[in-house]
Amino acid sequence: MKSIAELEAIRNKTLDEIKMRKNSNGIRIVVGMATCGIAAGARPVMNTFVEELGKRQLSDVSVTMTGCIGVCRLEPIVEVFDADGNKVTYVKMTAEKASRVVTEHIVNGRVCSDLTIDAAVNEGK
Amino acid sequence: MEFFRAHVLVCGGTGCTSSNSEKIRQEFEAQIKKNGLDKEVKIVTTGCHGLCAEGPIVVVYPEGAMYTMVRFEDVKEIVDEHLIKGRLVKRLMAGDKNAQDASKSLENVDFFKRQVRIALRNCGIINPESIDEYIAYDGYKALAKALTEMKPEEVVAEIKKSGLRGRGGAGFPTGLKWELTAKAAGDQKYVLCNADEGDPGAFMDRSVLEGDPHSVLEAMAIAGYAVGADQGYIYVRAEYPIAVKRLEIAVKQAREYNLLGKNIFGTNFSFDIELRLGAGAFVCGEETALMTSIEGHRGEPRPKPPFPAVSGLWKKPTLLNNVESYANIPVILNNGADWFTKIGSEKSKGTKVFAVGGKINNTGLVEIPIGTTLREIIYDIGGGIPNGKKFKAAQTGGPSGGCIPASKIDTPMDYEPLKELGSMMGSGGLIVMDEDNCMVDIARFFLEFTVDESCGKCPPCRIGTKRMLEILEKITSGKGEMEDIDKLELLAKNITASALCGLGQSAPQPVLSTLRFFRDEYIAHVKDKKCPAGVCKSMMSYVISADHCKSCGICAKNCPVGAISGEKKMPYSIDQEKCIKCGACMEKCPFKAIFKNA
Repeated sequence: MKSIAELEAIRNKTLDEIKMRKNSNGIRIVVGMATCGIAAGARPVMNTFVEELGKRQLSDVSVTMTGCIGVCRLEPIVEVFDADGNKVTYVKMTAEKASRVVTEHIVNGRVCSDLTIDAAVNEGK
Repeated sequence: MEFFRAHVLVCGGTGCTSSNSEKIRQEFEAQIKKNGLDKEVKIVTTGCHGLCAEGPIVVVYPEGAMYTMVRFEDVKEIVDEHLIKGRLVKRLMAGDKNAQDASKSLENVDFFKRQVRIALRNCGIINPESIDEYIAYDGYKALAKALTEMKPEEVVAEIKKSGLRGRGGAGFPTGLKWELTAKAAGDQKYVLCNADEGDPGAFMDRSVLEGDPHSVLEAMAIAGYAVGADQGYIYVRAEYPIAVKRLEIAVKQAREYNLLGKNIFGTNFSFDIELRLGAGAFVCGEETALMTSIEGHRGEPRPKPPFPAVSGLWKKPTLLNNVESYANIPVILNNGADWFTKIGSEKSKGTKVFAVGGKINNTGLVEIPIGTTLREIIYDIGGGIPNGKKFKAAQTGGPSGGCIPASKIDTPMDYEPLKELGSMMGSGGLIVMDEDNCMVDIARFFLEFTVDESCGKCPPCRIGTKRMLEILEKITSGKGEMEDIDKLELLAKNITASALCGLGQSAPQPVLSTLRFFRDEYIAHVKDKKCPAGVCKSMMSYVISADHCKSCGICAKNCPVGAISGEKKMPYSIDQEKCIKCGACMEKCPFKAIFKNA
């Protein structure tokens, strides 16, 4: 260790890796992983989120799982909560759609309105 | 950067390790692999959380859900439910296991809410075998600050200003110790860490070493800079294998990062640390004996002065601090002495870690601001006395300390108030006793310990404590006379006045303190030949109540010496001649028909 900058670099890098233990209040992605969700293909969706977030070093975003919401026909369902607790519900997700949500919604803050539950419900009308 | 969506923290402290946490960690690995989650979930071994009674402990982030008393079979459920389906396993959660509130997490558990964790700040939170994680939690920042922004005198001044006092027990001002060593003349100086934790029941130093070893290394390097030493030794007992292993890893990592070694942070300051393993003699926790032992001699104390600050290890000026004291140093430098002085009492700043054990619900480690009352520790943090029993006394300071009776339960836990009661802060062992504990027997227990551990160099300790123990044994076996109590008191005072080192001088404390607050129990043993708590075997007997006995014969079957006999439809009875008073019958009786007769 030759300088404080070096120490600081290690600190920041590791801090990113362990941030979730410090109760970060960033964005939360919740993937429905009950039987219905898994059967509909929630697993690759979840994997994509984890990969994409890792690639982009988005350490203040947490990915968690949840059970069945009750609209099994629209699974895989993913809900994205922002820091204030507002939520957007995405339905009939796929791995490709998950990457899109990361790029557009998580990184750029633009909700992918065509993938939300509203869009799906209106489509059926 | 590797991104994991969940971190599973498994406690690897000694407490949890002995309740199989290592196996649990392996099972987590296996289950996670089996479910293909190994790229998503990271498993981390941490140090002690302090809630040892509830171990093994597993904490799952990002929720911060704390699972307690996790068994091998539970791992699959946690993986299946929590990690796969995102449903918390409520039946294993800390606190009220039936709680509907799913947000019960680490920070919300009563046991943690009241604590202020400085020395234990990283224990249970970081991976002790990862220097990077320590650095992430502001590790080695204080060392960098000291070396690049502060003069050695300024470091000493800051520690002095903080008011930190030695956490090993005596409470000597740490800053003053540093100043004396810094001012002492000498070409070579040493910095030592006393990790020879020996008080029965105290394990805070072990926890710091196991959970956050780098904090001690960093503090020792800071101390080295402040006093002008380039070599440090950690004297740690070999009975702490996990602590030794983690220290070895930590020293290796710190050397790799050049946080130990030559020209640290590109400055002229060089400092290295070596471990010295003690063989577990209690006396080696005494500073002069500790240094004698590091030098390779038999661990025996020597008279003071000269004090170690002037002539210590190999007759060179030496700074010796306890593990917990060191653990406070980096935080003080990072946050400033002013911040530190806001915590604690008028005379003693900061926090103290207590190892709470005995008759208490939440056995474990608690770190509280100095000056917190005993009542708060026992009832608010410790969860009270089990089985609705009455609190009788708390023993602090181990074999050098004394008892705080129930009438003094509002005493602040601070150096001076405890001393006034004839006890001491000590290293922080706190043994809670209820009405079933005999105070004479407690005094006898601690005396037995000191007799065993006396190094034998000075007669007051070698012979005196032995004689005291003999008198106590006489009293507890029902053969005591009134003058024995006076003799005991006289001996105690003489040993205190004449023994060579702190161990001998304080050895009579448990007797003096119990004599002060529980003299009536001594008198009951001597005059009435009765042990009021029903502990001393020669003065109690087990009896079967004829009214309650249903002649089931279970007691007779369980008696190891065949002392119980009886016939169908007739109450059973115990042959007192044969009875060894093990209590097995009372425990097994389904009708609660067997009583202790004190």
